Amino acid sequence: MSSQAIAGAKPKSGGLDRQVQAKIGQQLRAMYDEVVDQGVPDRFAELLKKLDSAQGAPKTEEEPR
Amino acid sequence: MKTDPATMQIIMAIVPKLRAFAISLSGNVDRADDLVQETLMRAIANIDSFEPGTNMQAWLFTILRNRFRSEYRKRRREVEDADGHYTESLVAQPEQSAKLEYKELRVALDKLPSDQREALILVGASGFSYEEAAAICGCAVGTIKSRVNRARNRLATELDVKSAEDFGPDRNTRAVIAANERR
Repeated sequence: MSSQAIAGAKPKSGGLDRQVQAKIGQQLRAMYDEVVDQGVPDRFAELLKKLDSAQGAPKTEEEPR
Repeated sequence: MKTDPATMQIIMAIVPKLRAFAISLSGNVDRADDLVQETLMRAIANIDSFEPGTNMQAWLFTILRNRFRSEYRKRRREVEDADGHYTESLVAQPEQSAKLEYKELRVALDKLPSDQREALILVGASGFSYEEAAAICGCAVGTIKSRVNRARNRLATELDVKSAEDFGPDRNTRAVIAANERR
């Protein structure tokens, strides 16, 4: 586990306080969901359309760019 | 052969989640979007290897995760003489890429070993089960559990969370959290 013992902040060996864990989880999800809520950028909608119509054509190179 | 339209719809619906995963992993929106693009190209090119009826989201996440890992390894080799500093060069400057309100979390996430970070994101943010996360990362369920636990402990230390009251760097985050709690 982490060696730096910030006074009072070091979790007990038994694991984190349930409430603290919940808060970390909430912030993590909030950060994540903010991106999810942005939906599909045009760039990807167009890419998928292009890839779909290119299906059947010779495969694109292994490593894109 | 064209990909079946229903499959394209499913893939399209997963794109926002793929982006969130990629941004959480890399901490950089531009790199993340490149990763998503590579993932989609690869997925469509190899759509025949997707088994219908299995979890498309897990399949796409596996592709993205593997792309990220191989890129990560490659970059680490390139900068390995700058010993000990490669993580700083790999992760984006959080202040440029992440929203300000998540800056502390972003910085703390970037300090995690990459295997712990991906495990925490998959289970803690993407909502995969331990079993699904283990399949995506190609490791045992117990390994995922211990990585998630270590990641949480480390985050709590990094963020200096002494109690739930200490959490949240600013009002915006608190508002989001409060809104979530009311759901």
